[in-house]
Amino acid sequence: MIWQLDLILCLFIIICAIAAINVKDLLAAVIILGAYSFFMCLLWAEMGAVDVAFTEASVGAGVGTVLFIAAVSKTKRRSKD
Amino acid sequence: MTGVNDMMTKQSDDVIVKTLSRLLIPFMQVYALYVLAHGHYSPGGGFQGGVILAASIILFVITFGIDNALRRMSEKLNIILCSAGVFIYAGIGLLCLILGGNYLDYAELDKILHVGIAQARSLGILGIEVGVAITVMAAALSIFLDISTGGELSSKEKKT
Repeated sequence: MIWQLDLILCLFIIICAIAAINVKDLLAAVIILGAYSFFMCLLWAEMGAVDVAFTEASVGAGVGTVLFIAAVSKTKRRSKD
Repeated sequence: MTGVNDMMTKQSDDVIVKTLSRLLIPFMQVYALYVLAHGHYSPGGGFQGGVILAASIILFVITFGIDNALRRMSEKLNIILCSAGVFIYAGIGLLCLILGGNYLDYAELDKILHVGIAQARSLGILGIEVGVAITVMAAALSIFLDISTGGELSSKEKKT
């Protein structure tokens, strides 16, 4: 465990989470959420939970992003609020 | 809007995308089988292997279109696989029960496999993980197909 690396990754995770909520373009929000998942995966791998990191990389950043993009492509791309 | 609608399910025109996914999909599937087979003693296992298998088929759907994909893996086969995985899991568990142990007590499998208790446990775990992988693959793929076609897949299949 390297606390400097932990801090940087946590900072990126918080930035990605806030950006994914605030951005108006839903497709961009989905991609930022994928980046969030991948930083989460890096953080877990760095903390020693390799199995959880593996699941996060395959489900969160892989299939989850594809499902969100499919849902966005069937609805509207811009958010109203 | 129709262009965006068909994006996930229409065949791609790009030769680069087609060639790359033709190269990538077999390696993804072999990697999924590696993750599945080494789930006992390294990161990975049935769930992750199944998700990677599903991701390879989703890549096929995105690149070559939903019609090509349904010709290779129809909805009916998907449903059969989805229940077959649960059947494998429950079947191995019940087999242990029938042989005189507890549910999922793999040591009892030694009575029919004759390979020693430790090896029987290892093979039992592998069988369970194969079942989990098949179910997860079929379920993830059917969720993707339902979302990307807007739930109109079965009616479209009936028409043709």
